[in-house]
Amino acid sequence: MSAESVRLNVTSSNLANAQSVGTSPETTYHARHPVFSAVMKSMQGDAASYGVRVDGIVQSQAPLDQRFQPEHPMANDEGYVFVPNVNLVDEMANMISASRSYQSNVEVLNTSKQLMLATLRLGQS
Amino acid sequence: MAISMDKALGNLPDHLSVYGKRSTLLASNIANADTPGFKARDVDFRAAFEKASGNQLSLTTTSGKHVKGTIAGAAAGPLYRVPNQPSLDGNTVDTQIEQAEFAENAVRYQATLTFLNSKFNGLKLAIKGQ
Repeated sequence: MSAESVRLNVTSSNLANAQSVGTSPETTYHARHPVFSAVMKSMQGDAASYGVRVDGIVQSQAPLDQRFQPEHPMANDEGYVFVPNVNLVDEMANMISASRSYQSNVEVLNTSKQLMLATLRLGQS
Repeated sequence: MAISMDKALGNLPDHLSVYGKRSTLLASNIANADTPGFKARDVDFRAAFEKASGNQLSLTTTSGKHVKGTIAGAAAGPLYRVPNQPSLDGNTVDTQIEQAEFAENAVRYQATLTFLNSKFNGLKLAIKGQ
């Protein structure tokens, strides 16, 4: 769940900065993506349980768009501004996928909690 | 006549522990639905149950010198799921399948709990005798 929430966060910062233009390719915002990996949580008998970990957040290396806007205050000497390489369609799809995964994890958590409580109440009533 | 807890409860505790382990595995699968290269796993309930209750199938021996073999292939440990649609990043989790299996597993767990509860109620009734 926390990994999915990191993913949602990264997606929202990508969407927010989709139009943050810059003067040079180095100072312009690049789209960011989290990298997930499985991490072993516990080992009971031969059934190991795996959690998720965010290994890091990588910046997209796709080339930036250049726009010719000499009147723009951030334009460089040749009159170009650099636009971030954020793909809005990709980010929307990413956001929906992340929120659905978050939902199913919440569902699993709720069910497991109910079952544990029921197990604790075993033999009563 | 003493009441034997083991006999009174039958194999329900074994069921419960297998369902519990299975829910852990399925939850891992759902949590890693977006992890590249993660392989979904599940247990074969029959094999796991037989292992948990200790009555694994073995060969009949007519002499003490015979080798007692167990049936190979009925692995009790977790097995990898065969994906319907292999994905490009090597992940074999199908969220819909995992959700359905998890829900079924939860219902079975709950049913086993209900059975256990009614066993306990029966025992209580026998102890009180009224």
